[in-house]
Amino acid sequence: MSQVRRLDQGGRIDRATPLEFTFNGTSYVGFKGDTLASALLANGVTEVGRSFKYYRPRGIVGAGVEEPNAIVQLELGETTTPIQRATEIELVDGLVAKSATTKDRLGLRRLGRLASSLMPVGFYYKTLIRPKALWEFGEKLLREAAGLGTLPVARDPAIYDKYHHHCEVLVVGAGAAGLSAALAAARHGSRVIVADEQAEFGGWLLSSSTLIDGGSSDVWIEEAVTSLQSHPNVVLLPRTTVFGLYDHMLVMACERLVGQHSSIHGLPRERLHQIRAKHVVLATGALERPLTFANNDLPGVMLPSALLTYLNRYAVAPGNDLVLATTNDQAYDAAFAWHDCGKKVAAICDSRSELQPTLMMRCEERSIKVLQEHTVTEARGRKRLDGVFVARLSSDKSSLIGKSHAIGCDLLATSSGWNPVIHLNAQTRAMARWDEDEVSFLLDSTSPNVVTAGAINGSRTLAACLREGVTAVRQLRSLSEHELDSPVPQVEETNPACADKIFKAPHRRSDSRAPKQFVDFQLDVTAADIQLAACEGYRTIEHVKRYTALGFGNDQGKLSNVNGIAVLADSLGKSMGEVGTTVFRPPYTPVTFGAMAGRSVGALFDAERHTPMHKWHVEHGAEWENVGQWKRPWYYPYGDESMHDAVNREVLAARSRVGVLDASTLGKIDVQGKDAAVFVDRVYSNMFANLRVGRCRYGLMLRDTGMIFDDGVTARIAEDHFLIHTTTGNAEVVLSWLELWHQTEWPDLDVRLTSVTDHWATAAVVGPKSRSVLRVLFPALELKEECFPFMSVQSAEIEGIEARIFRISFSGELSYEINVPAQYGLSLWEKIFEIGEPYGITPYGTETMHVLRAEKGFIIAGQDTDGSMTPADMDLAWCVRRNNDVDFVGRRSLALSDYQRSNRLQFVGLETRDPLTVLPEGAQLLNERSKTVPAPMQGYVTSSYFSATLGRSIALAMVSGGHRRLGESLQCALHNGRFIEVKIVSSTFYDADTAAQKVDESSDTNDVLPQVTSRVLSRTSYHETVEEANRDHESISCELWEDSRVVTLLGPSDSREQTSRSLDAVGTLPSEPCTWSSIDGVKVCWLGPNRWLTLERFGDDGTIDFDFGLSLPPDITFVDTTGNYTVFSLTGSSAKRLLQKSCSYDFHESVFSTNTCVLTTFARIQALVVSGENDGVELLVRRSYSDYAYRWIVDASREFGFAV
Amino acid sequence: MLRIYCPYCESVRDEDEFHCVGEAHIKRPERPDELSDQAWGEYLHFRTNPRGEHREIWQHAVGCRQHFNVLRDTESYEIKSVYRINEEPPNVTDPDT
Ligand SMILES: [Zn+2]
Repeated sequence: MSQVRRLDQGGRIDRATPLEFTFNGTSYVGFKGDTLASALLANGVTEVGRSFKYYRPRGIVGAGVEEPNAIVQLELGETTTPIQRATEIELVDGLVAKSATTKDRLGLRRLGRLASSLMPVGFYYKTLIRPKALWEFGEKLLREAAGLGTLPVARDPAIYDKYHHHCEVLVVGAGAAGLSAALAAARHGSRVIVADEQAEFGGWLLSSSTLIDGGSSDVWIEEAVTSLQSHPNVVLLPRTTVFGLYDHMLVMACERLVGQHSSIHGLPRERLHQIRAKHVVLATGALERPLTFANNDLPGVMLPSALLTYLNRYAVAPGNDLVLATTNDQAYDAAFAWHDCGKKVAAICDSRSELQPTLMMRCEERSIKVLQEHTVTEARGRKRLDGVFVARLSSDKSSLIGKSHAIGCDLLATSSGWNPVIHLNAQTRAMARWDEDEVSFLLDSTSPNVVTAGAINGSRTLAACLREGVTAVRQLRSLSEHELDSPVPQVEETNPACADKIFKAPHRRSDSRAPKQFVDFQLDVTAADIQLAACEGYRTIEHVKRYTALGFGNDQGKLSNVNGIAVLADSLGKSMGEVGTTVFRPPYTPVTFGAMAGRSVGALFDAERHTPMHKWHVEHGAEWENVGQWKRPWYYPYGDESMHDAVNREVLAARSRVGVLDASTLGKIDVQGKDAAVFVDRVYSNMFANLRVGRCRYGLMLRDTGMIFDDGVTARIAEDHFLIHTTTGNAEVVLSWLELWHQTEWPDLDVRLTSVTDHWATAAVVGPKSRSVLRVLFPALELKEECFPFMSVQSAEIEGIEARIFRISFSGELSYEINVPAQYGLSLWEKIFEIGEPYGITPYGTETMHVLRAEKGFIIAGQDTDGSMTPADMDLAWCVRRNNDVDFVGRRSLALSDYQRSNRLQFVGLETRDPLTVLPEGAQLLNERSKTVPAPMQGYVTSSYFSATLGRSIALAMVSGGHRRLGESLQCALHNGRFIEVKIVSSTFYDADTAAQKVDESSDTNDVLPQVTSRVLSRTSYHETVEEANRDHESISCELWEDSRVVTLLGPSDSREQTSRSLDAVGTLPSEPCTWSSIDGVKVCWLGPNRWLTLERFGDDGTIDFDFGLSLPPDITFVDTTGNYTVFSLTGSSAKRLLQKSCSYDFHESVFSTNTCVLTTFARIQALVVSGENDGVELLVRRSYSDYAYRWIVDASREFGFAV
Repeated sequence: MLRIYCPYCESVRDEDEFHCVGEAHIKRPERPDELSDQAWGEYLHFRTNPRGEHREIWQHAVGCRQHFNVLRDTESYEIKSVYRINEEPPNVTDPDT
């Protein structure tokens, strides 16, 4: 027979919707509205698990978050989840669960009572420690036994989402106090969020039957929720546990979605809410505290509040004959309700000597026997409760008087008072103090923007809770200026009598001899364990916690901590306040890793940058190297070619014919302003002021410590215009570094810095035949040595598109780096391959790039240097100017005495005796084959390759005093204890006289150039699935603006003055931060002081005219940054929700208005969000991130019907 | 996580929009050549690292790219003041200002 314990009527369950579920292999039926715990109790299931240490049967004790025993492994749909509380799992059809602790992992059942003597308190510290070998075995055994449940092995198919929120008032807990506070805050128009861990709002009101404002509490809750829903600024979050209150009022909450989560609908299983609240009202309530007595862990013992919840909310009566043992008035409600539903109350044991007449009257009305000054000393039963022993307490309540006698019962409810849920506030270092009158720990102080209401304050009546909700909102500082006339809901005033301060019932035998008196059910910690710890010298609760494991379970001692403190206080002869509490730490309840990871898994694990030619590399089978967030082609294997063979082939192609490298990832910083030359001169160790326009120079950027920080080629585009190249990985850091010096040390310089890394697509055409390719690509370009010398830059047009060609070389070969705006990058790349085909043009990746540069001894900052090398160490002293007229960054440090040491590590080449042996990078170098520890180190290998050009291995290394040791031998120590002998050589292995990078004009006449192709450069978006992007979807659509132009405007860089600038009567550049204005149909967005971005779209003719449309004042310059950005237009009713998932910025209409534009993070990358038409936005991300951003948009929009 | 007011964007943003550079008001010596190695080393490497009020330079890296000063309590993480690079450090002892 099913649901034997279900009452015929009542409860908030939906009897018309039966739900089947399985627990520990048996099928049961419950109703919609049940929790797994209530459904199990309805079906007469009493044992829900076994105890962790002693393997004792355990039953359901609580009805909510405090439950220590009913911990289950949940199988729902495709996922398995460990450590779930049955009291918090909403029942759904087909749910499968099993006890987390059914396995007798240590075989303790067989050991029986012996087990407890084997595992005394602190047994982790005492047992299996000596001899050492025993611990090796013991540790394995303990590891096997530790923990609850099993982790999922397969990838979690569920979706986890994140939301950002901003509000004025966050109400935590939607019980009487919380709802009352929320109504008061909402009534005056505040942005309010109400979060409650339960599926339904109402809190304790759902378990009790009371009248509010003359009607039933159910009606009051319903009206309150309806009223809150009607306010547009109120967000209600049921099933949402607020688990952490962090610095600066960041509040973290986790919402569980039930039954509907599946990847098909795009609905998440959980949502992590990151709430930035101005004020927090904590109405978190209180959890009831059980009495500690012998055998108190038998199934059938529960909290009176839980009993009341099962009766009233779920219509479940988990027994027949009830005994209630209490120290306070509130617990009587459970006995009355039990009686009123036709069940028998065998007795009430009240520890107190005096009881209120009204309370006694209510007992008499029901003929319930009350035993005054009595308590339960021991529970009786084997697998479940079948009776209790009760006895009279002495007047000081510390011992028993007279005989104890037995009372038969199958249900025992015990209460020793209430623990206010002060966890969240206590996380913020607010102190808890022991309150003798309320018999609980209360908050001593709260942070200024946090107020409390209701049972968290120790308030014990409904009237007080409702009142405090309203007054809490009145206390909020910023709200108090408004007229607050919220009415306080009216209820009957009650006046509960004082409670007794009893936590543990005395027993006739000593605690160590009596049957176990459990304090912490989850970790099997008994009162005797804590007493023993005190005996062994543990004096503070923090130490006792760690020694006994009290409160260490996943319930974090919600039931046990205060009772444990009481036992310790008693043992030490101290007061509760003197012992104090342990430190409260987030999270309040366990949070899944899935919720914390959100959608940042799989393809969205980290932001990914793609070059404009990415699609081509994918199609040509490139293997990838991650460089920062960039995906760079590593090498391009043909068929099943090995990496070694592929790299050798690529190296030889570049040296003998022509190779092409995608160099778009190199950092590029545009430097403008009348002091640009002065600025560049100060940040490099080289002289730059004398660089002629159109010429390039390799430069070293030093930290002020004189250590090499970055290197690269800088070109002078015009008198007051430079382009700095940085290493790929350092682009962002270098820009910040330059801005720091400019803004803090040299604010008087007129310098305007713009990152143009993403704007330019760069193809490095390398090798003897590179010039032939250039001749076809740019027929008008003069390529003669005297017209286009090494280390110079030329501008050229290709089909009307501006291109910049640098004749620079990172390979030692004749080489041209062709730059076009990124939108034309793929088209240019394809054209180069078409032209180069007769020459055997070969794409090469980063590995070949490394080999080519190592053959020449060119350093890679960050690989051959690590922030502790000076220019001289790297044999680059020629990059340091000798005259002292400019105090460049790092100059003074180069004179430091330590930098002159002759035994500094210095950059050299290494050759192995066997030309085929390639040294491992990072290997240490010794003078001799020494195995002494530590061996005197001479240096280490920084780079090592096989050089196909030379037909042998080569390596670069840092060696102590290396520059004077050429020709000497060293021993390279391998990890396996073997050694390889190496010879110190020059770091330049190939073409020391730089013949290869010279132009050979003699062959020009013999060179039969390929026919000029008719292919026209076309704009490409390198979106992975662009067709899908431009489709309308249910409530969100995403359009890619391929026909846009984006220009960055730069004013004088003195950031102290923000000037408002008029533009020839067409309008004014916006000076208000984070706003845009429309000038002549162009959106001009504020980016920072004296820095703007213009955004405009073209018609369908497709032509792009690079003459900037707006006529600018003379001190405003501009940089074309069209290629820097990809523009997504997001529209539809869900666009703002997508932003809420992706940005921490507040997009509420009160903050983000019709002319707002904001630079912030979107999906953890930088983005400019510009308000658009119809509640939509334009979202500008760096072009290299557009594939990643689009993946994110698709993933985050799935639940809005955005399908691919 | 900190919430930081950017004095240029005039709004409060999450910490991950910013980049902390280090201690503020470390003036680079005007004539480095006249300093001993030790004095130059003090400028390069030595920082106060206080418990309590600490003046720091932060950059609004994701936003306006401006550097500014933050007076932050290293113990409570409270940000007591935010001011521009060229401004004088405020004398903050009263947490309410
Ligand atoms: Zn800013």
